[in-house]
Amino acid sequence: MELRDQIMGIVDEIGNSEDKLIEILISVQKKSEHHYLSEQSLILIAELLNIPFSKVYGIASFYSMLSTKKRGKYVIQICNSTPCYLYKGKEIVNMFEDILGIKMGEVTQDGLISLEYTSCIGACDQAPAIRVNDRVYGNLDRGKIYKVITSIRRGEL
Amino acid sequence: MAKLISELCELVHPLSVEDYTKQGGFSALEKTFKIPPEDVIKEISDSKLVGRGGAAFPSGIKMNVVAKEQNEIKYVICNADEGEPGTFKDKYLLNHVPFQIIEGMIIAGYAVGAHYGYIYIRGEYPDTHALLKRAIQELKKNQYLGNNIMDSGFNFNIELRAGTGAYVCGEETALIESIEGKGGDPRLKFPYTAVRGLWDKPTLVNNVETLANFCVVMNIGAEKYKMLGTDNSKGTKLFSVSGCVNKKGVYELEFGTSLRELIDTYCGGIEDDKAIKFVQVGGSSGGVFPAHMLDIALDYESFRKYGVGLGSGAVFVADESICIVDFLKATMKFFQHESCGKCTPCREGNRHIVKILDRISEGKGKMNDIKILLSICNAMIETALCGLGQSAPTALLTCIEYFRDEIEEHIHGYCRTGVCKFGKEGY
Ligand SMILES: Cc1cc2nc3c(=O)[nH]c(=O)nc-3n(C[C@H](O)[C@H](O)[C@H](O)COP(=O)(O)O)c2cc1C
Ligand code: SF4
Repeated sequence: MELRDQIMGIVDEIGNSEDKLIEILISVQKKSEHHYLSEQSLILIAELLNIPFSKVYGIASFYSMLSTKKRGKYVIQICNSTPCYLYKGKEIVNMFEDILGIKMGEVTQDGLISLEYTSCIGACDQAPAIRVNDRVYGNLDRGKIYKVITSIRRGEL
Repeated sequence: MAKLISELCELVHPLSVEDYTKQGGFSALEKTFKIPPEDVIKEISDSKLVGRGGAAFPSGIKMNVVAKEQNEIKYVICNADEGEPGTFKDKYLLNHVPFQIIEGMIIAGYAVGAHYGYIYIRGEYPDTHALLKRAIQELKKNQYLGNNIMDSGFNFNIELRAGTGAYVCGEETALIESIEGKGGDPRLKFPYTAVRGLWDKPTLVNNVETLANFCVVMNIGAEKYKMLGTDNSKGTKLFSVSGCVNKKGVYELEFGTSLRELIDTYCGGIEDDKAIKFVQVGGSSGGVFPAHMLDIALDYESFRKYGVGLGSGAVFVADESICIVDFLKATMKFFQHESCGKCTPCREGNRHIVKILDRISEGKGKMNDIKILLSICNAMIETALCGLGQSAPTALLTCIEYFRDEIEEHIHGYCRTGVCKFGKEGY
């Protein structure tokens, strides 16, 4: 019931016409603790907008900022476009994997942090750059990586 | 530095209407409202301004097509999707002078007879999105948006739409699909979006930087504007510089400035005095120039001679520690990931190219692979449906032209930079 209410609230706010679908998906994902669109939420959205589930699912899987897979509470996205990736970006991938003990694409066992790649986030002047949820961190080195992870673990982000 | 479009950046508070008007903001709009729409289009045409979103299409011609359409409803779309890797100049403009971009949209709306605009902002820029939302509110409050703007009798409203991380949505037909709430598949090029665009209505799609230029042209006039730049590239261009230079960032330069001057004078040269290996201009879909070609002038005609474009104006500077094959792999994986999959040459072409490059980087390539790569590239350029597939092979083709030796070395099991380990564990 709770999820239904939440999604109904979002649809009420944004509107229930088909062109609002993407906005709604973004909003629902934003409200989800694990930054993803569960199957149940997609079913509800399809129902409320009166469009086929397959279409809602199709859109959710087309756009790379939308996820149908459960992620960590904090999603660390490392830019893998050339300006970052070739400018110390590869090194920071190794450092993150090393420190967190997971590989790219995985979630830590406690469900707190997931590691992903992202295409260019327009922070090329601060390479290597990452995004944690909505925030960008640039000019990363081992020290800064530790800081970011520690503040996540302490709940300071 | 000839600062025209970025003149007010860092000079005004981005959300202060008072600051903006004090510094001459909305004077372009005032001038626009004093003359009939045809004359606005004539001014833009006379200025020889071309679109800054990558395709360099003459802005006046596009405006004219939309203006000529007889339709009560038309749209202006600001393309702020900025997905080309290495590009961050639109973000710079939007974060510093959002009012100027909106002013450009109102000018465009008046010129073509549109009363409604959309800004399609990339999902990766949530701060910019929030700022734009407030900028629109401010302008509504101060009656620069809404009905009877500046007592002109002209009405204009703007809505914001967010992208969700698909590079292909920067392509204008895919962008329109995305605003309509669909997956971003590019449409066939005909009919042009200018004739049948958003919800099948005549639609003018312009890049952020192009819109900023509308204000400049209306402010200083086409005659003065044309004096800047070269014979075939008028005005200034923003370049987003990344890589191994001392001062990365956004620089506004008059067309015709050399690549070397940009790097040495504006960006303070190369970090640790390393040697440049190559510079890629135009983002991942742009061409690669080796170090000995840095005297090339940054303008459309000079680049055309080499069969490449200036694209978005992204400049990625690579030093000698970067391996060409590794660079190409990263580049082509981007296109493989971003291909929407609608047409075969792009979907399959990118996949095959990545596979072959992987093989080469593992020392398992064959000499014939280069020939295969070339033929896939040519097929993509000729038959891909949209600009993504057509421009994806540019970096690869230019690297085969200028760095063939280094690719062949890999086929023989040697990587001069030590980046490719050929299955052996690195140090
Ligand atoms: C794959 C692809 C991605 C594109 N991405 C962008 C973009 O992020 N921003 C942009 O302004 N134009 C982009 N374009 C170009 C647009 O299709 C269109 O030409 C441009 O928005 C027109 O505006 P202009 O005439 O002001 O340049 C892209 C084109 C392609 C093929
Ligand atoms: S060229 Fe690529 S991105 Fe463009 S329509 Fe074809 S598959 Fe889609």
